[in-house]
Amino acid sequence: MKRIALALLLMPLAACGQDQPDTLTVFAAASLQETFTELAEDFEKEHGVKVEFNFGPSSGLAEQINAGAPADVFASASVKTMDGVEDTQDPETFAVNTMQIAVPADNPADIDSLDDLTKKGVKVALCQADVPCGTVAAEVFANAKLTVTPVTEETDVKAVLTKVQLGEVDAGIVYVTDVNAAGDKVVGVDIPAAVNASTDYPIAALDDNDLAREWVELVLSDEGRAVLDTHGFTTP
Amino acid sequence: MASRPPRTRTPLPLAVAAAVAVAFLLLPLVSLVTRVPWADVGTILASDEVGTALKLSLLTSTLATAIAIVLGVPLAWLLARSNARGIGLLRALVMVPMVLPPVVGGVALLSAFGRRGVLGQWLDDWFGVTIPFTTTAAVMAATFVAMPFLIITVEGAFRLADQGLEEAASTLGASRMRVFRTITLPLARPALIAGAVLCWARALGEFGATITFAGNANGRTRTMPLEVYLAMESDPDAAATLALLLLLISVAVLLLLRRRWWTVGR
Repeated sequence: MKRIALALLLMPLAACGQDQPDTLTVFAAASLQETFTELAEDFEKEHGVKVEFNFGPSSGLAEQINAGAPADVFASASVKTMDGVEDTQDPETFAVNTMQIAVPADNPADIDSLDDLTKKGVKVALCQADVPCGTVAAEVFANAKLTVTPVTEETDVKAVLTKVQLGEVDAGIVYVTDVNAAGDKVVGVDIPAAVNASTDYPIAALDDNDLAREWVELVLSDEGRAVLDTHGFTTP
Repeated sequence: MASRPPRTRTPLPLAVAAAVAVAFLLLPLVSLVTRVPWADVGTILASDEVGTALKLSLLTSTLATAIAIVLGVPLAWLLARSNARGIGLLRALVMVPMVLPPVVGGVALLSAFGRRGVLGQWLDDWFGVTIPFTTTAAVMAATFVAMPFLIITVEGAFRLADQGLEEAASTLGASRMRVFRTITLPLARPALIAGAVLCWARALGEFGATITFAGNANGRTRTMPLEVYLAMESDPDAAATLALLLLLISVAVLLLLRRRWWTVGR
């Protein structure tokens, strides 16, 4: 019995000896979910590795990285969030995203424009103010000189999209790429270019790790740009 | 009964394991205290947003506990005393919210009471009432996850109660409700208090179901746990301060509970 217990206790030490070079951990903004997952398919085959993603609000991910989370690459939805991360290796902007209003497929509140969001009784979902999509949404409203009180401030842009999809809110401010990704489940209402705001997406390797650098190169390459374009990002 | 020696030495393996357990449970709490930016505590706690979140949390937890008592005690009595078939299954089902991951609870609440939910859509169509994103939703989310704690505690007391006293009261002419009010409930008081405290503490800490079903809006649905989560995204030290506040409230409640237990006698 004692021998078994001892063996069980020592097992994890055996695993320590081996390096685990065949997993790449990428922390990325929630809005990059579809694009990065697509790019990972080819990357995994070419390099024979597994790419593990952690998608979420850029601000939250940055805090996790600073607290020691084991990320190899970080792709953020705002330059400000990337600047808050220690130990990044030369961040580079790889995409730009703008905002759009997302409404449920049947548009129950008849939202046609940004102004409609201020109508009485319209339920709007936004991202939390510190999350990039929330900051940009606030910019849009400031540009349009509108005050919109949301019924909920979600933790990331995908959570806003979900609330719209479920029909729990009448509208949400999300990225154009998110409306694209949701297909038939939501309808996009354009924001006039004059008041719309955009955000730059920087990417950086966090380690002196070949695999990490190769992922960054892939995202910045022509192949990467093509995938980003298809999903609705603008590439610089 | 043989008398025990005044002090029994703890076997070494047990002592070591217990010491590790204590360290594991206490280290995070102690570390939290050290993480708090003591110089800024005043500013952080004095902010309007924190005050609002705190008041909202206290309101929703207390309301949730009140509802849990009004609805849960009768259910606990039914589970303890009824001989109907299927009671066992019913007991298992009402315990589910207790073990369900809170976010799953939130999703389930949306399916029932959301704007397109099973009950919610009728509320919306007939009365124009929507529940998500209201303080009511926050109370419902807290009640959903916390009520089973009260039910299970009180049911245990009802089961163990000496039914002889109740029978005596019946033979003396008391109606069933009177027996319940004057005999059964008072005898179950320690369990009722313990159950209510557990329920209140669980309701205070509810996050997953609240953020999914009730959303996150200042003053209406942003309870303290959501406020802590929000603070974590931008200012971990402020989050630690708020977390410490919640911790102190929980500890205070636990201490109060022990006193009440001492003063209630049979």
